[in-house]
Amino acid sequence: MTKLVELIVSGTIRGALYALVALGFVVIYKATGVINFAQGGLLLIGTYLTYNAHVTWGLPFWPAVGLATALTALTGVAVERTVLRRMAGQPVFAVIMVTLGLLIVVQQVVPAIWGYDRLNLDDPWGVRRLSFGGIHVDLKDVWALAVVAVVLAALFAFFRYGRYGLAMRAMAIDQEAAMAQGISARRVVALSWGIAGAVATLAGVMLAAGSGGVDPAKDVIALAAFPAIILGGLDSPVGAVVGGLAIGLSQALTGGYQPDHAAFLGAGFDTVMPYVVMVLVLLARPCGLFGTRDVVRA
Amino acid sequence: MDGLSLFASRRSRNLTLALIVGVAAYPLVVRSELWLTVLLFVGATAIGAVGLNLLTGFTGQVSLGHAFFLGLGAYTACYLGNPTGGAPAGRGLPLFVWLPLAALLPGLVGLVVGPAALRLKGNYLAVVSLGLVFLGAHVFKQWSSVTGGSDGTSVAPSLALGPVDFAGIGGLTRNQSLFFLVWGMVGLTTLGSRNLVRTRPGRAMQAVRDREVAAEVIGVSVARYKLGAFAISSGLAGLSGALYAVVLTYVEPGTWSLALSIQFVAMIIVGGIGTTTGGVLGALFVGGLPEVVRHYSASIPFVARTASERGLSLPQLNQILFGLCIVGFLVLEPRGIAALWARAAHRSGEHRVQARPHPL
Repeated sequence: MTKLVELIVSGTIRGALYALVALGFVVIYKATGVINFAQGGLLLIGTYLTYNAHVTWGLPFWPAVGLATALTALTGVAVERTVLRRMAGQPVFAVIMVTLGLLIVVQQVVPAIWGYDRLNLDDPWGVRRLSFGGIHVDLKDVWALAVVAVVLAALFAFFRYGRYGLAMRAMAIDQEAAMAQGISARRVVALSWGIAGAVATLAGVMLAAGSGGVDPAKDVIALAAFPAIILGGLDSPVGAVVGGLAIGLSQALTGGYQPDHAAFLGAGFDTVMPYVVMVLVLLARPCGLFGTRDVVRA
Repeated sequence: MDGLSLFASRRSRNLTLALIVGVAAYPLVVRSELWLTVLLFVGATAIGAVGLNLLTGFTGQVSLGHAFFLGLGAYTACYLGNPTGGAPAGRGLPLFVWLPLAALLPGLVGLVVGPAALRLKGNYLAVVSLGLVFLGAHVFKQWSSVTGGSDGTSVAPSLALGPVDFAGIGGLTRNQSLFFLVWGMVGLTTLGSRNLVRTRPGRAMQAVRDREVAAEVIGVSVARYKLGAFAISSGLAGLSGALYAVVLTYVEPGTWSLALSIQFVAMIIVGGIGTTTGGVLGALFVGGLPEVVRHYSASIPFVARTASERGLSLPQLNQILFGLCIVGFLVLEPRGIAALWARAAHRSGEHRVQARPHPL
């Protein structure tokens, strides 16, 4: 029983991090209709900038996170302005490949600047743990859950009540109609890249806090979050969180029980479990659980 | 030029013939083992790139799952062709059995997973095909009786076709002899692909790419052509993977990674999406670039020449250039080297370039 609870707790925490990464995907998808494969790159940039601001320049932790978040948001906007804007109106796959190309570049530039060694973020939580009735939880994981909750609430309020949130929703429904209403597509798309950069920084910091550490391979979490967004449906923030939690839980439970009960699936099956879940869901619902179904017209 | 003939003009036919003679003479004239190896990899990957171009460039279906089918082809070749005594043991079958089957089996697997994948579009298809690579890697890792598990397996199938042994023809080295096998297959693949796209099925595929609903309305069975293109592309990926493994002589599950899939997509983007020669040109560019960079690295700034020196390492520089090429071509010349080439030919008086919308 304790094992089950522990697995659910660790799965929820991992799922919350997936959800945070997935939210970055959703914001850009809503404004542009494209999955941003470079999200993992933004995550790396944000995390290393936090390291620089806090450890190298000596800013206190939270101001350092704030500064890095702002700088990464600006980086996102700059990338959109210089590269992605030229791809407006091009087919989805061409834009996806551009973001993939950018990811490949960032993956090499980051270690060229900061090296391959794992760096300690020197966050205020360290390796401190809390325990509730025999269940141990890292303090930073509690904070991670809180950050996810705050970001989700903020995004929800933004989409529901914000002027630009409304504009972004209109863009997601029909870009031309939105522009005909006087919405500045350029500003909305640039803003979405800014938000994605900020969210990616927070996800990266929570991932690297405590015993995690910063290293150039941290962007793989963005790959692992793909099943989460597909599961939830690409254009739904709620879907991203539900998808993230579902993937995190299924991964943790598989890791906990599969080696004993279904050994024939092989060692390390939990790492591919998200993709199994994704394929099964897509067979039943090609647009994910919460995604908007495409209407095809000639 | 009506697009129906095999060659666009007499000049292009003569150029092609000259190219064939040039390629055939290459291993006899240039004896640099380094460049022979590079061109062997280029040839092996070119086959897969031509296949991916049929799926992505001509039928409009994206795939990041190409590496999985390459792996499938490679392991088919290992299982059927490797000597019976090895570990893991093969079946010791001859070239004319294992090579066709290394294409056929992945093609059949493509037929099986195709219907599920092709219900999806754009973003969803990209991510799901990427999932195929991860799931495939897991299977490759577990199925150690065929793949050797994480330790990998050596690739040593028989390369004899009747009296000709491609492991060493006459007094030639292994690489020189393999060159004829690999580039012979490149020639056959290119010819087959060219014939496919200029005839009825090719027209149907392009109709599906350009406007799916309209294609359906004029009587093209969209599902059938999508599935057909997927199967052919998977089969060519298998053939490509088998030859790639033979050139490599040793493969492990990590060989068939997402990075390999990305390389193939990069090849058709750089070479020219929706052109037959694009796959070969792209393979040449992506495979040749690292060697050219290494050759000129001494005169490139910021590159570290010793391990202690600060700056970019050569692999880092290569990856950065690779990424920049993907971005640069898509932003500046989405129709790739093939379009640059056609434009240069146009300027010299021959050749008309067909006006076409964005190729994807």
